[in-house]
Amino acid sequence: MMSKRKLEQKIKDFIRGPLKGETYELKAGLVSQYEWERKDSIQRVIQAMTVGKDVSSLFPDVLKNIATYDIEQKKLVYLYLMNYAKTNPELCILAVNTFVQDATDPNPLIRALAIRTMGCIRVEKMVDYMEIPLRRTLKDDNPYVRKTAAICVAKLFDLNPVMCVELGFLDDLKALVKDSNPMVAANAVTALFEIRDMNRDPNLEVFVVTTEVAKILLFCLNECTEWGRITILTALTDYKAKGPEEANHIIERVIPQLQHVNPSIVLSSIKAIIHHLDSIRSTNSKNLILKKLAAPLVSLVSASIPEAQYVGLKNIRIILEKYPQILSKELRVFFIKYSDPLYLKLEKLDIMVRLANEANCALLLGELKEYAMEFEPSLIVRAIKCIGSVAVKLPVTTIKAINLLTELIEQRGGDLIINESVAALTKILRRYPGKNDLITVIIPVISNQMEDLSTNESISGYVWLLGEYPKYFSQLHDKLSLLVESFLDYDPTIQLNILNSTVKINLVISDKNLYQGLLQQVLEKATKECENADVRDKAFIYWRLLSSSSSEESKKKILLTKLPPMSSAVPSFSPAILEILLKELATLSSVYHKPAYTFIDPSTYAPLSTERNQNNSNDKNIEDLANLAKQEIINNAKNENLLDFDDDEDQESTRGDSGGLLDELNDLFITPNAPQAGTVPPNTTNNNDILSLFGAPSGAATTSTTTTTTTSKSNLNNDLLDIF
Amino acid sequence: MASQLHFLDIKGKTLLSRDYKGDVATDAIDQFPLLLLQSENEEDESQFKPYLSHQGVHYVYIQHNNLYLCALTKKNENIMAMIVFLSKLIEVLTQYFKSLEEESIRDNFVIIYELLDEMMDFGIPQTTDTKILKEYITQDYYKLIRKARKADPNADSNTFVQPPPAVTNAVSWRKDGIVYKKNEAFLDVVELINMLINANGQVLNSEILGEVKMKSHLSGMPDLRLGLNDKGIFTGSGGGLGDASATEDGKSIEMEDIKFHQCVRLSKFENDRIITFIPPDGDFTLMSYRLSLAQFLMKPLILVTCKTKIHKHSRIEILCSVKAQIKKKSTANNVEIVIPLPEDADTPKFTPEYGSVKYVPEKSCLIWKLKTFAGGKQYHMRGEMGLPAVEDDTDRTLGNKFGNGLVSKKPIKVNFSIPYFTTSGIQVRYLRINEPKLQYQSYPWVRYITQSGDDYTVRMK
Repeated sequence: MMSKRKLEQKIKDFIRGPLKGETYELKAGLVSQYEWERKDSIQRVIQAMTVGKDVSSLFPDVLKNIATYDIEQKKLVYLYLMNYAKTNPELCILAVNTFVQDATDPNPLIRALAIRTMGCIRVEKMVDYMEIPLRRTLKDDNPYVRKTAAICVAKLFDLNPVMCVELGFLDDLKALVKDSNPMVAANAVTALFEIRDMNRDPNLEVFVVTTEVAKILLFCLNECTEWGRITILTALTDYKAKGPEEANHIIERVIPQLQHVNPSIVLSSIKAIIHHLDSIRSTNSKNLILKKLAAPLVSLVSASIPEAQYVGLKNIRIILEKYPQILSKELRVFFIKYSDPLYLKLEKLDIMVRLANEANCALLLGELKEYAMEFEPSLIVRAIKCIGSVAVKLPVTTIKAINLLTELIEQRGGDLIINESVAALTKILRRYPGKNDLITVIIPVISNQMEDLSTNESISGYVWLLGEYPKYFSQLHDKLSLLVESFLDYDPTIQLNILNSTVKINLVISDKNLYQGLLQQVLEKATKECENADVRDKAFIYWRLLSSSSSEESKKKILLTKLPPMSSAVPSFSPAILEILLKELATLSSVYHKPAYTFIDPSTYAPLSTERNQNNSNDKNIEDLANLAKQEIINNAKNENLLDFDDDEDQESTRGDSGGLLDELNDLFITPNAPQAGTVPPNTTNNNDILSLFGAPSGAATTSTTTTTTTSKSNLNNDLLDIF
Repeated sequence: MASQLHFLDIKGKTLLSRDYKGDVATDAIDQFPLLLLQSENEEDESQFKPYLSHQGVHYVYIQHNNLYLCALTKKNENIMAMIVFLSKLIEVLTQYFKSLEEESIRDNFVIIYELLDEMMDFGIPQTTDTKILKEYITQDYYKLIRKARKADPNADSNTFVQPPPAVTNAVSWRKDGIVYKKNEAFLDVVELINMLINANGQVLNSEILGEVKMKSHLSGMPDLRLGLNDKGIFTGSGGGLGDASATEDGKSIEMEDIKFHQCVRLSKFENDRIITFIPPDGDFTLMSYRLSLAQFLMKPLILVTCKTKIHKHSRIEILCSVKAQIKKKSTANNVEIVIPLPEDADTPKFTPEYGSVKYVPEKSCLIWKLKTFAGGKQYHMRGEMGLPAVEDDTDRTLGNKFGNGLVSKKPIKVNFSIPYFTTSGIQVRYLRINEPKLQYQSYPWVRYITQSGDDYTVRMK
């Protein structure tokens, strides 16, 4: 019994021992009679705090050292206070006296330090004592103190918004915007923006950039520090010019900032200019201004750290979508440097494809080939994709791109390159369907590499070609039966394609008996053994269609209809998203390529601002939402790889002629638009039908305002085509 | 802008933190190393990005030496400004401590806290100019105060350390009352050449990154005016820079994105094409510019052609020639040609016609050095190395139908410098120095030099 207790004691001592030793030592040092020893101890306390030790128990002893003439020591004590105020809220009050006193110190550095620290001590009680010193420092003679006090108002608002407003600090702050010192003015504007973001009271109007304010800000712009300039430029982006003259004036004043060495000023200036550009009516002067943006945009990529370059590239991507011509002559700038980090290389490729035009395509393809010979797999993949995209974009490059891809397969080989190149080649054929010369070049290449194909994309491409151009393949039967045999091992995407191709081949090839067996096999496997609902449904549709009593002619019409050629292989934003992103240039949303409200915690943003937006543009919001909903559906669709839609289209586009079958099919496609199918162009109808396949939400989307549906239909179509 | 700032070591352990706003949980940074690891382990390396996000907190970070500097925010903040601020922070701390690494952060935590306080308040960037910060944040200033106090406790406030008026002045980069016995200003026009040359000696891409650096030893508040030769550089009257001057004589220079130090009056330049400024004291970069006109740099300054022949499993032969395609009068100095080699090569043998060759196995390359290289000259170098008989054949997915691929992909890098010469032809015509109060005599000096940039590379066949 005894020994147990002893042991316990020992353990307790052991645990407490060294801890006590260190804190004890510090404690003794903090109350030492020698100034140097006290200071040394404070430093050690801060050091302990820095490495993450909890030294909050020393609070009272540190506090004793607050009254000192040594600024360095004072700063350290203040720092300690800021960190541990929350652990000892009552004791903080003891420091108030010193703060208030320091706020009247003859040395402006101390006055500013005191007011800055007071705001950072996030304790409710402190708020009561802030009024007097804050009021005094806001009117201080020294601009350094005033600029610090301006920010302190935002801190106070964060702690106690009601009090901050009641005491009239908000108005004081607004007055500071007109301060003679540009830095004070800039800080006041920043503080007001901070407050506006924090504000939860819908009745409180914090800060609106008026014409008068805009004038003052423009005046300050050239006198400010670099960070103040960013604030002012952001504020100017917030301001809606009264007319083209004013917009022009603002742009003129902002343009010199494009020469600033700080890339964030350059980007903020670009943002402000783009914002005001909409108010300018004459296209001529618009183009002149846009021309001036080219060099600064390029500078974002050429002379800064890679991280900043990355942000620059992401923003350029957004701007290019709105103004595609802006950088048309600057392709070379985006050439990949060997020393670039990978994420930069990939982003540069993305921009390069967008800049492709007939003048620079030869140069671009040459570069892309170099990149395809590199050694980072994701760079190679992307480079080959880009070759395909360039060929899709520019008809003149087709032959060269095809040669390039076949060259890559032959010279280098390897699974990665073969698969990607085959996928790209299929894409090119989708763009230029039925061109004999292209088909005779591409198909032999692909069928030679058949055994090496391993990705879903490349196999699907190959199977699709099989069904589309069966006459160009030798030993078609062997190839098809190989696929049918292992039907169940494939991914649903490929299964859908096999199904489709088998049906098509059966209709095209005159020697029926040869392929009838395979068709039977595939339909049975798909309907009985396959687990994927899409594959099963589709097989059933085919089966019913083929066994229906309608003529051979109409069946062919339905099943063999050609796809509309794909117009672009480069993804793009929906117009609504693009507008939002342009407003949010340079911010986090510009790198995520998502509007802020999709990823920012709603509680961080004031309810006020969202409410105001809703009031302003109620209709527009609904439109945006509808578009967003659609975007979402499309994305989902992409993820599920619903490649089968080509066949749906085949069926739908001819439904006008094939009356008898329509009834059979109609129960599968319950869509509000179905009755008018004949009057709407085939393309649009298809989309609705496809949408309804995806389930309920798409139904909602189709029924929303007619204007939105028509605008987004075309996007949708493109997007769905991209899947291929 | 940022709610918290953190300095972390390479493993993601926090070295020093500062919480500015208190709206992000204090332990949010603990997630950073995990997120970092996750993004690095991601199968698809293309997903790596210089920012992370987790549970509504966004981590914006940059890497420097063995450190991460990470800023946290919850709002949709200006990410470009955040990244630039972080890089400015590195710049300032480097100027304070010579080099910024784990050790220097541990040793100087007091001053770092002070700087963080001064550079950012409530997450809003304030002053990031080292020259000004050094005015009132120094390691030994407390001694000054104590002396002042002891000498005369009632001394007026002027003897204390004060915020320099420059912090909030319109001229925030220069303090009053600077005095030099001899007033001098030195201008250095430095042009860095980046060039991408293919194996046939054709230039694929080229750019000149020019800088006008200045060292000012001038008293008072001098107002300077810089005149450059008017080779059509600044003639784009009102038309901005992008489309400046397109005369037909082929000599016009299309100067792209000229960037000025904050001391240059930007609106004056935009309107009148005049460069006027009050310089900071000491060294600074007055302006930088970029030129990328293809007609302008058609042929490489230093042309390197290199042929390697790989005899599989036995040896590699290298035949390299270099030619200085510059004026006969000019000389290139310290020319270095860095030729990459297969990692498993051994037993080097080199016979250069001129200069010396060194094999650097840790970087798997060889460096051919030529101390001075007169214009128009050409030299050859022959080399041979052994290759192991067994070959590493792991990466079939990338395809290696051409034997050991690594050797053929890494480009050759060339370093050189050519004094008394600018490729663009830019020249300083005059530098007028005017100090209205002191009216002293002053001496401007100008030097020119052309150097290789970080990306003067020649692709190998």
